[in-house]
Order: sequence, then structure tokens, then C-alpha cells
Amino acid sequence: MNKIPSALQIGVRRGGLEIIQFARQRESVVFTLLFPVILLGIFGSVFKNTIAPGVTFSQYFVAGMIASGLVNTGFQALAITIPMERDFGTLKRLRGTPMPVSSYFIGKAILIFVSMVIQILLLLGFGLLFFGLEMPTDISKWFTFTWLILLGSTCSTALGIAFSIIPKSGRGASAVVSPIVIILQFFSGVFFVFTQLPSWMQQIAAIFPLKWLTQGMRSVFLPDSFATEEVAKSWESEKTFLILVLWLIIGIFFSVRKFKWDRD
Amino acid sequence: MSLIEVRGLKKSYGPIHAVRGVDLDIAQGEIFSLLGPNGAGKTTTVEILEGFRTRDSGSVSVLGFDPQKRGLAARRWRNRIGIVLQSSADAGDLTVVETIAHFSGYYSNPRNVDEVIHSVGLEEKQGALIRTLSGGQRRRLDVALGLIGNPELLFLDEPTTGFDPEARRIFWALIQQLRKDGTTILLTTHYLDEAEALADRVAVINRGVIVEVSTPAKLGGRSTAQATVQWRDGATLKSEKSDNPTALVAQLSAQFDGEIPELIVTRPSLEDIYLEMIGGVDE
Repeated sequence: MNKIPSALQIGVRRGGLEIIQFARQRESVVFTLLFPVILLGIFGSVFKNTIAPGVTFSQYFVAGMIASGLVNTGFQALAITIPMERDFGTLKRLRGTPMPVSSYFIGKAILIFVSMVIQILLLLGFGLLFFGLEMPTDISKWFTFTWLILLGSTCSTALGIAFSIIPKSGRGASAVVSPIVIILQFFSGVFFVFTQLPSWMQQIAAIFPLKWLTQGMRSVFLPDSFATEEVAKSWESEKTFLILVLWLIIGIFFSVRKFKWDRD
Repeated sequence: MSLIEVRGLKKSYGPIHAVRGVDLDIAQGEIFSLLGPNGAGKTTTVEILEGFRTRDSGSVSVLGFDPQKRGLAARRWRNRIGIVLQSSADAGDLTVVETIAHFSGYYSNPRNVDEVIHSVGLEEKQGALIRTLSGGQRRRLDVALGLIGNPELLFLDEPTTGFDPEARRIFWALIQQLRKDGTTILLTTHYLDEAEALADRVAVINRGVIVEVSTPAKLGGRSTAQATVQWRDGATLKSEKSDNPTALVAQLSAQFDGEIPELIVTRPSLEDIYLEMIGGVDE
């Protein structure tokens, strides 16, 4: 008798399978990967002003788009597709196999991470070519960028799985999830300069991870002199890290405890 | 020893008592068929055995394991069973072979992927995307995924829905082959001829209780039921119910001096018996 493959082994295989499936859905590939690029094209062409000495709106917007990409690609996509998989019977079938639920989560996390990396590369490439995007030169900024992407995409994955409990059906999921994400994007300073928002919006946004991801991405793409323009007059990297970890724990807790395999 | 042992199983959904005290014993190596109308408690019972639902009371042992338990022991248990659910419409963007090969990676001793594809007759479609398959082909893929882990116990829920008659015969041959290899099978089906062709024993469940457990031939006193003898006498078609059809046929044969015109001797079909049983309990 051989051993049953480990949760990690199965999870990695599931990641590969999820990527193949994703890549074969042309509409989702275009929408997920190119949508941020299109948005950058529109916003970058409309707002040509500088928001601080040496900081173009495009530069500011790229930071916001990467952060909100993490939320769109992870949280939003999973909170919509998992209820669909539940409707289709995909989840129930998986539950009937020795596959542990953690493998399913690992597979999703891999998919989200890989598509996030591709999305960021496209966004940065497009920004460099057409909008004079300036890349960070400091190694410590690249380090921050790396942990933000890793932690952000894992956190977003966990929260997406956790939120998938809420929509009753795959068909209704988008109507529940999309408005939340769009409002959060406005409140978190993705489309507007955060400090110009009313303070009640800022305070609501500060509860959720997107504001912190956006601020973290600004610390990567904007000059350090801009830190004084932030609400707290600093990038608050440690606080960002802690809040994302906290949300990650919340996400994992509800994913593991409340995950729904079946419609009823 | 029973592979599946159920005692006093009960399950309610709010005020609805779906299962009201079910006892079952299914032996190693048999094909056991559970029959019952929709809403009889059939699906609830099977889903409790499959570990998809929890019970309110009673005891359940499947391969010596309580399906309600979770954790590593449950994984080891799932490694030994196969489940073919009623329907699924998922993973349309994978090919047949990709899907089966992937699922084989969940088990400790999977069957050979090509062999399984061959046994369900999907060789010609193995490179096709699932969403291009017909309903019957998709169903065969479902069965393949239930078999890939080389299960000791296989749950089959309405396995041949959407099959054409030829595909059904091929599928039946596959199930009979699995029994020969020692697989125990719990079959739920709406097709009485399917239960008759495959099952060693059948149980009829109605309104949350088992009405009878027997072989298909003996269910509901079928083997001792009156036979109907039908023949043509001149312009009229005559029929007569009889406990001794052989004597009646001999008598008719003498009367017609040999060949009896349009002779048919029938006993009630499993379907007749079944409908009588569930009708009798229903109001």
C-alpha cells in the first residue's frame, strides 16, 4: 500500500490544474490580466497632472492598480467563482475524494499568485513604455514589493474563499461582491489621492486591507519624500504588515471553519 | 461481516422526517440496489453513508468507519471508496485524460488512467475538452472518476441517466466486471430493469423506512405471484391469471392440438411489484 499523497503535493498539482483551466478561458484571461492595463491607459491619458513635485498621477495610479489588482484577482474572483463551482457540483465531487480542503486552498493561492505576477509585469511594462513609470531603484523597496505581493495575494485568496460562503448562488455572487470591491477601491485611494478623501471615508477604508496594500505599494513606487503627504506622515510599513497578517488569519479561520462544499 | 452496517438511522430537516429508522446490511462483494421514489429518504440515506451529511441518531459503519468523522482517518477512508454523484457540470476546460489523471493523484493506489478510460469507453474522446462531451459521455467520465481510486466500495447514483440503450448495456458489463474483481457497489437507480440486471439484492425505501429487502426475483412475493397466461382464441384475445401456468398451458395445448396462438406467459415485472409496494404505503 502506497501512502496517500500529502496535502501539499495535491495542492501544488491543483495549482497547475487551476492555471491550465484559467488559461483556457480566454475572456477571463483578457479581463483579469489586461483590465488593469486598460484602466491605466484611460486614467493615465486623462489625468496628466502631477500630484506632488516629481510624482505624476500615473505613478500614483500604478501603485493603486497593483493593490486593487490583488483584491480583484484574488478576493473578487474567488468570491464569485467558488459559489459557481459549488453550483456545478465541482466542490461536492472533490469532497468525495481523499483530497484535503487545504489542497484546494493551496491550488487557489497558487493560481492567484501566478496570475498576479503576470498582471503586475504587464502593468509595469505598459507603464514604462507609455507613461514614463519610474521603477524603484532601492533594493529595500523591491523587498517591500515582494512581501506585499506575497502577503497581499495570500490574504486576498483567504478572504475570497472565506467570503464565498456568503453568496447563495454563483449567479448572484457577482452582484454581492462587485459593489463591495468598487466602493472599497474608491474609499481606499485607488482612483483618487487618499488624503483628499473625506476623513470618514479614510477611517472606514483603514479597517480593510486594500487601503494598506495601496499605501504599501505607494511606498514602493513613490519617492520617500512623499511619505510626509500620507495621513500618518509615514508609510507605516510595520502597521501594514500586521494588519495584512491579521486579515490573513481571519480569512484562513473562516475558510477552514465555514467552507461550504454543497448548496444546501 | 457487513461492509456497510446501518442501525436505526434517523434524519430530519426541520419538521420533515426524511429518514425514520433505517437498518441496512450490505455484504462484501455484492451489488446492492436501493430503490425508492423521490423524497423517500433514498438520497439522504446514501449521502449519510457517503459522509456528506450528518445523522440525527442511529449508528452507521462503512468499511468499519463512521462516515461522520473528519480528519486524517476520514481521508484514509475516502481513499478506499469511490463516489459517482448524480450530476456535475464542472471543469469544462480540461480534457478527459487531464481530469482523470489529475484525480488519480489524490489516491494511494490509483488504477491505470488508460485502463479506466478504456473501461468506460472514452478512448476516442480522451483528448477532448469536457465541455464538448455529450451527456452520456460526461456521465461515463463521472463513472471513470469514481473508479480511478480503485475503490473497495463504489457508490453509484443514477449512473446511466442519459445513456442510450447500447451504452447502458456496455456500462452494465463494466459494473458486472467490477463485481467480479470484488468491488462492493451500492446502486441507486430509477430504472427497475437496471436493478434487476445488476443487483444481487434490492431494498425498497419509502417514506423514510425500508419496506423490504430481497433479491430482485423474490421482491414483494414476485416469484410466487400469479402468472398471466395470454393467448388468442379465434377473434378474441384471452388472458387468465393462474398459480399453475404450466398446467394451464398444457391444457390449452391439448385444446388447440399443439401450438397455442400468440401465447405469452408473464409474471409481474419488478416494476409492477415496486409500484405496488410504494403505492401501497403511500396514501
